[in-house]
Amino acid sequence: MPTVIVDGKEIEIGADERLNCIEAARRGGAEIPHYCWHPGLTVVASCRMCLIETGSRDAATGKVTMVPKLVPACQTPAKDGTVIVTESQLVKESRARVEEALLIDHPIDCPICDKAGECLLQDYHFEHGQPERRADLHPFTSRKREMGSTVTLFVDRCVMCTRCVRFTREISGSAELMVINRGAKEEIDVFPGFPLENKLSGNVVDLCPVGALGDKDFLYQQRVWFLKAEDNVCGGCATGCSIRTEHNQDTVYRLKPRENPHVNKWWMCDDGRYGWHHLHDPSRLVEARRAAGGRARREGGADDTIEWSDVGRRLRDDLGAAGRLAVAVSPMLTTEEAWMLCAVARSIDPQAFLAVGHVPIDGADETYPGGFTIRAEKCPNRLGVEGVIAVFGGVDAAGRVPGWNALLDHVRAGEADAAWITAAYPGGWIDEETAEAFASLSCLVVQDLFESPLSRMAVWKLPAAGFAERAGTWVNAAHRAQVFQQAIRPPAGVWPEGRLYWSMLGRRGLYDAEAVRRQIADSSPTFAALAGDVPATGIDLRIQQLA
Amino acid sequence: MPSFKPVLLEAVGVPDGHTLASYVARGGYAPVAKTLGEKQPADVVEMVKSSGLRGRGGAGFSTGLKWTFLPKDHPGPIYLCVNADESEPGTFNNRILMEDDPHQVIEGIILSSYATRASTAYLYLRYEYPKSWQRLQAAIDEAYAAGWLGKNIKGSSFSLDVYLHRGAAAYICGEETGLIESLEGKRAWPRIKPPFPAIEGLFRKPTVVNNVETMACVAQIARRGVEWFKSIGVPADPNNPRDPGSYGPKLYCLSGHVERPGCYEAPLGITARQLIEEHGGGVWKGRRAKAVIPGGISMGLMTESELDTPLDFAGPGKVGCLGLGTAAVVVIDDQTSIVDFLHNSCRFFAHESCGQCTPCREGTSWSLRMLERIKAGKGRLKDLDILQEIGNTMGMMPGSTICGLADGAAWPIKNAIKKFRGEFEDYIKRTNPSGWMVTEPVPALQIVGAH
Repeated sequence: MPTVIVDGKEIEIGADERLNCIEAARRGGAEIPHYCWHPGLTVVASCRMCLIETGSRDAATGKVTMVPKLVPACQTPAKDGTVIVTESQLVKESRARVEEALLIDHPIDCPICDKAGECLLQDYHFEHGQPERRADLHPFTSRKREMGSTVTLFVDRCVMCTRCVRFTREISGSAELMVINRGAKEEIDVFPGFPLENKLSGNVVDLCPVGALGDKDFLYQQRVWFLKAEDNVCGGCATGCSIRTEHNQDTVYRLKPRENPHVNKWWMCDDGRYGWHHLHDPSRLVEARRAAGGRARREGGADDTIEWSDVGRRLRDDLGAAGRLAVAVSPMLTTEEAWMLCAVARSIDPQAFLAVGHVPIDGADETYPGGFTIRAEKCPNRLGVEGVIAVFGGVDAAGRVPGWNALLDHVRAGEADAAWITAAYPGGWIDEETAEAFASLSCLVVQDLFESPLSRMAVWKLPAAGFAERAGTWVNAAHRAQVFQQAIRPPAGVWPEGRLYWSMLGRRGLYDAEAVRRQIADSSPTFAALAGDVPATGIDLRIQQLA
Repeated sequence: MPSFKPVLLEAVGVPDGHTLASYVARGGYAPVAKTLGEKQPADVVEMVKSSGLRGRGGAGFSTGLKWTFLPKDHPGPIYLCVNADESEPGTFNNRILMEDDPHQVIEGIILSSYATRASTAYLYLRYEYPKSWQRLQAAIDEAYAAGWLGKNIKGSSFSLDVYLHRGAAAYICGEETGLIESLEGKRAWPRIKPPFPAIEGLFRKPTVVNNVETMACVAQIARRGVEWFKSIGVPADPNNPRDPGSYGPKLYCLSGHVERPGCYEAPLGITARQLIEEHGGGVWKGRRAKAVIPGGISMGLMTESELDTPLDFAGPGKVGCLGLGTAAVVVIDDQTSIVDFLHNSCRFFAHESCGQCTPCREGTSWSLRMLERIKAGKGRLKDLDILQEIGNTMGMMPGSTICGLADGAAWPIKNAIKKFRGEFEDYIKRTNPSGWMVTEPVPALQIVGAH
């Protein structure tokens, strides 16, 4: 195994690993500060913050020969015998000088800067900067201009790391951003008439190590030190990007991509990034309501609010009395919730017809030059739900799991007396005509985020949880299962689906997604991989099946 | 006048010396015919290598050795780029060659392309040379018409196309990888190395970048022989194994405060004093030199007492300058303020820094602003220490930047302050009698600069 010497400590690295000195030093516990380097982008070695001393150790004699000058760690490969010195006097002085140079033109407007608290310029200044400002001769300017509909550039905060420029050239392939002017007058800009408009534009804000690129959606909304972050998964499409939901007091303020080499690398799309506003939409359904008398809802007809603690029992009674049950298991549900829903349904009607709920499709898959794909399938868990229904034996003669259209046919053919439609879609998904198929049922249960033509005719109108309000497992289009925790509580005491189904199954205590997951894993080879602890980056369900 | 007979400049003063007919009449292109007919590319490389020719663009790297860095048996294409982005202040030797004897340059390009197996050569010309542009294009057209360029040159299997590319006036395009980026249509930000251009250069193919004068030297070596070339100049210092010697004639650009400024050809190793006295007719108006720039502004400064330094590749370095550079000698007389000189130098580099690396981008701009403040009568002695620190830490040699522009920006600062610190201190004390000793920060200056 190749050995790298980090500040005198020997670190073994993999034989085929192509690490630079920043990555190798990190293994050895030494953090080398850097601005321009990002593992997802090409190396430019221009910020010069990562300058270190390096050398090589002769394998035979053990003699160390040092390079007689500073070198950028990002550009220097770590090989067998590479010596990395990250804390010498020369290195420290160099860092202090770079930090000083970057602050010459910086407005130092941290009190009004959104980045304050998570800004590398701040962090590095405290760690590596010098206490005195010697460059005392320049009046600051503070200008901003729009880059596009999502991003504002605070021109004078920029340190010219060009991460954003490289992102638009290498990952989004749209190349809107560029460097204009020369020397200390350089600025990031767009060409007139060609603003930063692509579906990955928000990533440049994440990439920006300082407060230069501001996300308009988040601008001046919240100081970052008030935010708590929960590992989560984006529910916007079947890619299932790993994200962090950043929130404060049950209000989401922003979503950030979470590094996952198997799914989204470091990126996420704007659809997902800004696709959380529906969580705080005041028109959300927040009460469990039952039409008066348990009869189908009529225009202007009375209905009652049912206490959550009574919902399970009365729902079970109503459905049990209605007869043959058909259930649409929404692909927005987690695998655990889907499994419990199927179990509840089968406990009410052992012959209950199970189908995957409506799968929203929008356009075609979009793949970007950097490899990032936005899926046309706008739901996170179709594969997980299909797997669960298959576990319950809900497959047709051809071995296929019935979908939404099969359920519609089933209901239209008069083969069901009651239907339980789970939805939880962030927007409108069903029209009057389709909803009409359910008009003749004696008991219709709709569980959704918003009113719809379907919920207006339902006997039971139940609120659903949004994506950040659930816990469980989603299986993305590449069969990768990712486990996540609930980030925020739903509004107004709404019970998320998991909690409702858990209580309907008569299980004690709070909904425990992990217990359900282990139960699912034991019950089916499809989900066997979920038996143990699942890493933060998820696990490929097919691997265990092949093994 | 000295006895040395100009070779590279032999066309200067010859009527229609820039035409093909004149060049052929002087013996031009005969070596090309002979080389293509009788020699292998490796023979040409060996010839240039054994001549000891060192690149004339500034760094002084062995031309033949540079060619051998190209990968062996590469399927191609391999490119030759000729650097005619002559932007170093005080330098105009390439311009003389391109305007007065363009065919000499083209012959060098043909021979060098043959040696490096390049079938395409790009001539990157700075924007500010319209006459060179016209003369070169006319010469290239002539050479095509006469069969010295194009397919199967003079019946051989060797083909060569030469493209004249006119830059957009930026100093950084003279840096070899900046030039390559610019040729590719990008912003001329120098590349990080490795890979070096010889492995991955223009359009990610092996590329050699050579200076215009180097091309002319190759043509002359082919015509007059290695022995002739080695008979001129300074042999290698036997006590210094890293000195390969400085052979051949060199074009010295003499400008500034001299009686007869101009481009003079002399053997490498002539001293600055000889050049000024014998060629330039001495410092103008009967004054004395205060300082002399040995090879373009980025090489630093020599004082009057250092003028006997030989201007070969090793000489200027011995007196604390960066090197021979482009051999552009600029004389500064004793009536000139070094503060003004440094201000002008800093203004140039702050304007021309490409802005990629933080230390150079901010360092050049900061030093300019300090010089502006000094000139506005607000200087403090501590400014000199900061300037000195910038000069010592900015550049490729301390490792803080990607390319050598920063070294070139740093050298005038550190030479000027080291060698003329007394003058700076006097100036600051005289112009800022109440504040020169202050060490606390001062309020920002709104209007600065004397220009």
